Amino acid sequence: MSPITELVLQSTWETVVMVFFSTLFAVLLGFPLGIFLFVTSPRGIAPKIVPYQLISRIVNTLRSFPFVILMIVMFPLSRVVLGTAIGTEATIIPLSVAAAPFIARLTETALNEVDKGVIQAAVAMGASKRQVVRKVMIPEALPSIISGITLTIITLIGYSAMAGAIGGGGLGDLAIRYGYQRFRTDVMIESVVIIIVMVEVIQFLGNKAAALVAKYPLGSFGRSKKVK
Amino acid sequence: MQLKLEHLNKTYTTKRASVTAVKDISLDFPDNAIIGIIGKSGAGKSSLLRLASLLETPDQGEVYYDGVRVDHLPKKELNRRRLEIGMIFQNFNLFSSRTAGKNVAFPLELAGWNRRDIDERVHEMLALVGLEDREKSPIATLSGGQKQRVAIARALAPRPNILFCDEATSALDPQTTHEILDLIKKIHANMNLTVVMITHQMEVVRDACQYVAVIDKGCVVETGAVSDVFRSPKHEITREFLSNIRRSEISVESAIAYLQDNGYEVSKR
Repeated sequence: MSPITELVLQSTWETVVMVFFSTLFAVLLGFPLGIFLFVTSPRGIAPKIVPYQLISRIVNTLRSFPFVILMIVMFPLSRVVLGTAIGTEATIIPLSVAAAPFIARLTETALNEVDKGVIQAAVAMGASKRQVVRKVMIPEALPSIISGITLTIITLIGYSAMAGAIGGGGLGDLAIRYGYQRFRTDVMIESVVIIIVMVEVIQFLGNKAAALVAKYPLGSFGRSKKVK
Repeated sequence: MQLKLEHLNKTYTTKRASVTAVKDISLDFPDNAIIGIIGKSGAGKSSLLRLASLLETPDQGEVYYDGVRVDHLPKKELNRRRLEIGMIFQNFNLFSSRTAGKNVAFPLELAGWNRRDIDERVHEMLALVGLEDREKSPIATLSGGQKQRVAIARALAPRPNILFCDEATSALDPQTTHEILDLIKKIHANMNLTVVMITHQMEVVRDACQYVAVIDKGCVVETGAVSDVFRSPKHEITREFLSNIRRSEISVESAIAYLQDNGYEVSKR
């Protein structure tokens, strides 16, 4: 194997590791936060104004941070959690922190969009608030949450290209260091093609997963038409 | 079950205005009847249904099920009571994340039935509504009429003794409406069940109900046995509803079909 091929493989692996773990942590953090936002919102099923406003503000603040700045701001946290602020592992922390609020908001939105009639039906059958959320709203919102997570993964692939700034490596870093700075156009093209393939594969799998949980009829393009 | 409403009042207040949707409504119907509540859009019939089905509490007045007062029940008691109340809706309100069978299973899961009893009851209910072969079907693959059948199976699975139908046939074509009403009548004949139908279609009252209450501007303007109200309607609104039916049924064929359905012999000359 030529050194360049080895480098490309190594960088691909780094990107996969960064994106996989940051998605995992972002979902673990963002999904419960999204449910919390939905439940406690002023129009939610158990409004709690102060905690809602607090979490909502934090989410908005984190979402408005430019990612390059967020990476630097997260240095102390990375040192506490991992003992280092540079390298592939260290990049996972700012990536997770950047994606979690996004997942929280999209979970909240997906839950808000569940048909009110369906909720009414569940309440009429004697479901408690907890049962409504757990047994009705989350399953009903799941297809749209999965689509949102797919979108997040693809955004994270883009963000991970900036990881080079803190020594995270990955395909974006490779494209800049070899493709641009050393005029290796072939490496640039290879990196970009691999990223494109990754995005395509993730989009394909995400669509499949969403369709599977949505129980679409085979061959249909979307959800059944709503009867008005 | 015997449903009795006493002097119900309900006013909805928003920042801009307050609307009294239900004004001093009292109704008392015999046990296990099919009751139609008919009114135009905005007449207050849906609000009345929400009060009678305990989804909302009245500002004043009382709701009695079999002589027991049930408005303003504590939360826990209310959720237990709800298992005795079935409900179907205009838009079906089925869970699209569940199959037909799992939709029917939902209220049984809430009631804490065990797996085996649930499976058995789901089969039984789907067979009752004629969909025994669709248990594993996603909701999106069903037609409107099939969806309402699943909704009926779901509503009746926990053996309620009252079924509320909120414009249950308004989204269906005339033929399917007919089938759904026949199904409700068939089920009613074989179960100990009171049925309350909210509708704006006098045909529904005529084809399915034994008693009717006509609602206008939040008040009951006429009530009684369907045969009496059809023979001698007293209120202007009732007459208006009746003339609407006549206009929609000019064709001789439909009149003949209706008579034959109801056991009359019709000779064609």
